[in-house]
Amino acid sequence: MSLRQREEIAAYLLVAPWVLGLLLFTAFPMGASLALSFSEWNFLGDIKFVGLDNYRAMFTRDRDFVVSLGNTAYYTFIGVPLHTAFALLLALPLSSKLKGIRYFRTAWYVPSVTPAVASAILWILIYHPDFGLANTLLGLVKVPPQGWIFDSTMAKPAFIIMSMWSVGGQMIIFLAGLQGVPQELYDAASIDGAGRLRQFRHVTLPLISPITFFNLVIGLIGSFQIFTAAYIMTNGGPANQTLFYVLHLYRNAFEYLKFGYASTLAWGLFVIILFFTGLQFLGAKRWVYYEVKVD
Amino acid sequence: MPSRVAARRGTGTDNAVRIKSLLIRVRPVSYRVLAYAAMIAVSLVLILPLLWLFAASLKTPQLVGATPRGIGEFFAALVPTDPHFENYVEALTKRPFGLWTRNTSIVVVAATVGTLLTGSMAAYAFARLRFRGKRFLFTTTLSTLMLPFIVTMVPQFLMFAKVPGPSSAGNWTDTLWPLILPHWFGGGAFFIFLMRQFFMTIPVELDEAARMDGAGFFRCYWQITLPLSGPVLATVTIFSFISNWNEFLAPLIYLASRQNQTLALGLQSFRGEFSTDYHLLMAASATMTVPVLLVFFFMQRYFLRGFVMSGLAGR
Repeated sequence: MSLRQREEIAAYLLVAPWVLGLLLFTAFPMGASLALSFSEWNFLGDIKFVGLDNYRAMFTRDRDFVVSLGNTAYYTFIGVPLHTAFALLLALPLSSKLKGIRYFRTAWYVPSVTPAVASAILWILIYHPDFGLANTLLGLVKVPPQGWIFDSTMAKPAFIIMSMWSVGGQMIIFLAGLQGVPQELYDAASIDGAGRLRQFRHVTLPLISPITFFNLVIGLIGSFQIFTAAYIMTNGGPANQTLFYVLHLYRNAFEYLKFGYASTLAWGLFVIILFFTGLQFLGAKRWVYYEVKVD
Repeated sequence: MPSRVAARRGTGTDNAVRIKSLLIRVRPVSYRVLAYAAMIAVSLVLILPLLWLFAASLKTPQLVGATPRGIGEFFAALVPTDPHFENYVEALTKRPFGLWTRNTSIVVVAATVGTLLTGSMAAYAFARLRFRGKRFLFTTTLSTLMLPFIVTMVPQFLMFAKVPGPSSAGNWTDTLWPLILPHWFGGGAFFIFLMRQFFMTIPVELDEAARMDGAGFFRCYWQITLPLSGPVLATVTIFSFISNWNEFLAPLIYLASRQNQTLALGLQSFRGEFSTDYHLLMAASATMTVPVLLVFFFMQRYFLRGFVMSGLAGR
C-alpha cells in the first residue's frame, strides 16, 4: 500500500464518526422532514400522503402561523440591529488598554453564561408589575409602572430589552475584530486631522465590517429560533403577542402531535432563514470590506 | 538660582509651553477617570439583575415583595443584612435537585468527552491529511452551521422514539441517550472548525519528524497533535460544558419522567409548581447558575479565545 493510500485510509477512519453523524443526524432527518411535510402523521397511525395540503393550510387556514411569523419578524428585525449596535458599543471601550480592563470584560460577559431557564425565571421577576426590578428602577426616576411581558403592547419590546442583556458573545467577537485593526491606520488618520468620530467612521467601521456581517448573520439565524424564554416566561401570551415561530412549531409537533404539519413549518422557517441569509450575503457586497481576498 | 526664579515666574511663551505640557499630562488622567466611571456604571447595570437574583434568594418572601423608596433604600436592599440560607435548603429539598444535578452531570461529561474525541479526530483529518472529497466535506461541515436545529429536531425525535432501545417504552425516549449520542458523532461543525483552526497553527514539521521515525498517522494525531492542543481542548470543554448544562429544548422533548430530568427542565417544572414562592425560585435559579459562573471565572482565558477564533470565521 502506498503512503498516499495509507494517508487516505487514516483520514477516512478519522472523519468516519462525523460523516456518520452528518448522515444520521442531519441528512436523514432533513430528508425525512421534507417527506413528512407532505404527509399527515400523529405518530401512532399510518403516514398519509397529502400532497401540498400542509403548505396550503399554512398560508390559508393557520392564523397562528401568520401571527407567529409576524412576531418573530418583529423580534428579529428590530432586535438584531439593536443587539449588534449595543454589542459594538460595549466592545469599543473594552478594546482600550486601560488598567484592569479584563475585569470589565468579565463583568460585561457574565450575563451571557447565565442558563436560559434561570435567566427566564429571573426576568419574570424583573418584569413583575408590583415589585419587579424594572418598575422599581422606573419608580426611582418617577416613571409610572409598566406591564412589560404582561402587557400586550409591551411584551415584544420587553423581550428585546431582555435579550440585550446577553449580547456578550457578539461583544467578544467585536472585541477580537477591534484588536485586529492596525494602530498605524489610526495614526495615519490622526495625522491627516481626523478626530475620534471620523476615525471610527472611516477606519474602524470598514475594517471590522466582516465581523459586523458575521454577527448579523449569526444573530438573525439565532433570533428567528427564539424559544426557551417565550416558552417559560409567557407561553405565547398575552394575546399571542409572544407566540414566536418555534413555539408554534413545538406546539404542533409535541402538543397536537401533528408531525407532518410541524415538518412543514420547520421547512418553512428553513426557507425563510435561507432567504434572509442569502439577502444579507448579497447586500454584503455593498458594505463589507475584505482587506485580503480569501480564496 | 536667579535663573530658576525666572523660570518659575516665566515669560509668556514659557507659560504657554508649561500650560500645554500640563494639559498633556492632565488630560489623559481625567479622561481615564471619566472612562472608569462610565465603565463602572455600565458594569453595575449589567450585573444588577444577577445581584438582585442572589439578594432575593436570601430574603424572606415579605422582603422580596417590598418596594424600596429612594435610591439609597434600593441599594441597601441588595445587601442581605439577614441572609436566609435556609431558603436554599428548602428549595433544594422540595424537589429531587440532587438527582437532576446527577443527570445533568452525566450528560455534560459524556457529551463533552464525545465531542473532544470524535471532533478532534475529524478536525485532524481536515487540518493535516489529504483525501478525496475533503473540500466538499469541509464545505458541507461549515454549511451545517447555518442549519436551524428545528429542521432536524422533529425527525430526530421520531427516530429516537421509533428505533428499539433501552428505555422502559422499548425506545430511546425518556433516557439520557438522545442528549449524549449525537455528540459522539463529531460533536458539531463549530467545534470541529475551532479545533481545525488550532491544529493548523501547530508546525507541520513535528508531524514530519515523527513520521520519519516511523510513527503512523494515528500516532501523529494522538501523540503529537493532541498533547500540543491543550488550549483549544480547554476551550471546547468549557463551551461544551456550558451549552450542555444550559440546554433546555432537547431535554424538554425527550425527558418525561421526573427522575430522568436535567436541572434546566427540573427548574422549569419547579417554577410551575412554586410560581409564587419567589425566594425559593431565586434560590433554585441561583443554584443552577453558580457552577456555570465558577467555570467561566476560572477558565475565562480559554473561553474568550474560543470566541476570538470563531469570530475569525467572519474574515
